[in-house]
Amino acid sequence: MSFTSAVEVGPRLRDAGYLADPRIAQVVFLAERLGKPILVEGPAGVGKTELAKSLARVHDRRLIRLQCYEGLDESKALYEWNYKKQLLRIQADADHDWSKLEHDIFSEEFLLTRPLLEAIRSSQPVVLLIDEVDRVEIETEALLLEILSDFQVSIPELGTITAETQPQVVLTSNNTRELSEALKRRCLFLHIGYPEIEREREILLTRVPDISEHLAAQVARVVSSIRNLDLKKAPSVSEAIDWARTLIALGIEHVDGAIVGETLHVLLKYQTDIDKAAKELAVE
Amino acid sequence: MSEVDSGLLPLLTDFIAELRTAGVPASMVEAMDAMAAIRHIDLADRTVFKTALAATLVKNARHYEAFNTAFEVFFAAHREPGAAPSNTIERFQQSGSQPDIADLKRLLLKALTDQNPDLLQLAIRRAIDELAGMEPGRPVGGTYYLYRTLRRLDLEELEQRLWVLSVGAEATALEERLARDDVAARIEALKEEIKAEIRRRLVADRGKPALAKTLRKPLLEDIDLMHATRADLDGLEAAVEPLTRKLAARLAQKRRKPRGGRLDFRRTMRRSLSSGGVPLEPVFRAVRPHKPEIALLCDVSGSMATFARFTLQFTYAMASQFARMRSFVFIDSVDEVTDVFHPGVDFVEALERVSNQAAVVWLDGHSDYGHTFEQFWAGWGRELSPRTTLIVAGDARNNYREPRADVLGEMAATVRALIWLNPEPRSYWDTGDSVIGRYARHCDSVYEVRNLRQLEAFVGQVALPRRGRITQLKAGSVRY
Repeated sequence: MSFTSAVEVGPRLRDAGYLADPRIAQVVFLAERLGKPILVEGPAGVGKTELAKSLARVHDRRLIRLQCYEGLDESKALYEWNYKKQLLRIQADADHDWSKLEHDIFSEEFLLTRPLLEAIRSSQPVVLLIDEVDRVEIETEALLLEILSDFQVSIPELGTITAETQPQVVLTSNNTRELSEALKRRCLFLHIGYPEIEREREILLTRVPDISEHLAAQVARVVSSIRNLDLKKAPSVSEAIDWARTLIALGIEHVDGAIVGETLHVLLKYQTDIDKAAKELAVE
Repeated sequence: MSEVDSGLLPLLTDFIAELRTAGVPASMVEAMDAMAAIRHIDLADRTVFKTALAATLVKNARHYEAFNTAFEVFFAAHREPGAAPSNTIERFQQSGSQPDIADLKRLLLKALTDQNPDLLQLAIRRAIDELAGMEPGRPVGGTYYLYRTLRRLDLEELEQRLWVLSVGAEATALEERLARDDVAARIEALKEEIKAEIRRRLVADRGKPALAKTLRKPLLEDIDLMHATRADLDGLEAAVEPLTRKLAARLAQKRRKPRGGRLDFRRTMRRSLSSGGVPLEPVFRAVRPHKPEIALLCDVSGSMATFARFTLQFTYAMASQFARMRSFVFIDSVDEVTDVFHPGVDFVEALERVSNQAAVVWLDGHSDYGHTFEQFWAGWGRELSPRTTLIVAGDARNNYREPRADVLGEMAATVRALIWLNPEPRSYWDTGDSVIGRYARHCDSVYEVRNLRQLEAFVGQVALPRRGRITQLKAGSVRY
């Protein structure tokens, strides 16, 4: 079931457990209408991957995930010939006609599908998540281009495999390097930053069980204040959630200076950051 | 395009043209995507319209600022323009009456405490009418009008009063602090609103293309590092860190390359058993990990001050990536600052320590590359090895002193690679007291690094296979 209007996207994502601000909802809607992949960029821990997962839940589609890393290649991303099986096939009847055999061993039976090909060949529409695409080398990006624009894969021995159903593609990037123009041109771009206080409060309310309105509002405000400081690593949404959970586990209903001081290490990962935040928030 | 209002199409084309002039690389395909996107949206909603354009035309978060500026100029007129500015000014000039600032401040305070957007708009319009003193027809970008309005509104006092109103009597230190941030955010939003309103009036006065031209600023990646402002540097600092991570990955890439070592015959045979004795998958011995060793020599003299701050930022960010990196600063004498840039140290603090403690002045505090190299070679030369990459950052302006390129040559012969980063435009090289040409002879490569774009290019090229010592280190490929 696709979205019929942009206003519908927000509430439906919310039902799937994802709080989208109007901008995110708008881009998701447009991506679906235009049949384009979404390139989501932003700092770690703001819910980029979660967006793809929630989209899969909303549409009740299977999520196929390709985790990118340096050194990822065709045989891990697209497809690979199962040459051990091919070898066995050759050995099984050694005296066979070669031309027939050649035709035989390059058939789908001997093809190992990897995430990209799997997403294309699925008879049910899927959500394809290409996670942390900035980790692959710029040359490897070229592998993705054919899929992203035409939803097809060319295999020299078999020909071109076109998607039966168009997958909704979500790419995420932590922006460790500039992606190629060719890749970016094929996508809609969505930058997700840290949420506004109000939205973060709502995120906390949905993601942290047993949290009170009061505590959620307090946590959101403190975290937003800390993000304003000049830190090595600002606290992300997931760290805010961790912090709220910690507070609840400690049975705390109201945050004061002393408690912030004692639990800052959940939120911040560098000692210099912790010292600075403690000093700035006057909670030493 | 039948569904799209015919008036919108030329406007959109002009807008995209302006984006391109400002440096945002919006391609033809992207422009068509934008056109396609706006057919699916409610054009009456300005935010939705902006989101659709941003998602299709801007593919880099650093370009949002240029996009926002252009958008404000091109698509602002849909809003009620308020009182015509020129009439108001005339009225003032004729009557000579003093604007009632106290009343205006009360209005603003009320609008901000009640968080009432309509009241706020009214207050902002009045503030600009009465305080900005806008003069029609002047080719300005509005910064001065903004400054004039803000100064007379005295926002600091307003912020203080808002803050007092929003904290209770028995608030704790933490609550006070949170309230302060909250109020500061509201004041910041107010400034943005005032700025936007001024721009709207300027558009009405001078037309879109003219104003867009006045407001156009270089993109972050094109800002000249030698002449960057403090605000620019803050923006640049955020962009530097990912770059160093990339450089670290590039320099250490050999570590992860699976092939390149010698054939491991025993393990290849072992693995061939699963394919009936045919060695389908040759196994290679792992290459001994190449640990990046870097020595960075950075000119921090007066002529280089802005660039030095940037290179030190770069150094600082690199220090957290490389375990074995040593950093040095110099003017006419060189000193090691590796400890200062120890990971975990705050950058501002580190910068202070460098300027207070490093012994970089020998005679008069003018750059002396010759003496620096002599001293560096004598003091730390023994610690350079064929695994070291030596990076020098400086303009090679030697104040007509002895360049001692021969010493640099000796260093170059010792290290794995010698790279020079020069922040001057290439056309200035070897003019006046610049001796970059004599040093370049000994460098593996010299890069012009005047802006972030060029720094990115440098980082990108470091990994490319090149002639010279680096390629010779590559192990030969194994045939089978």
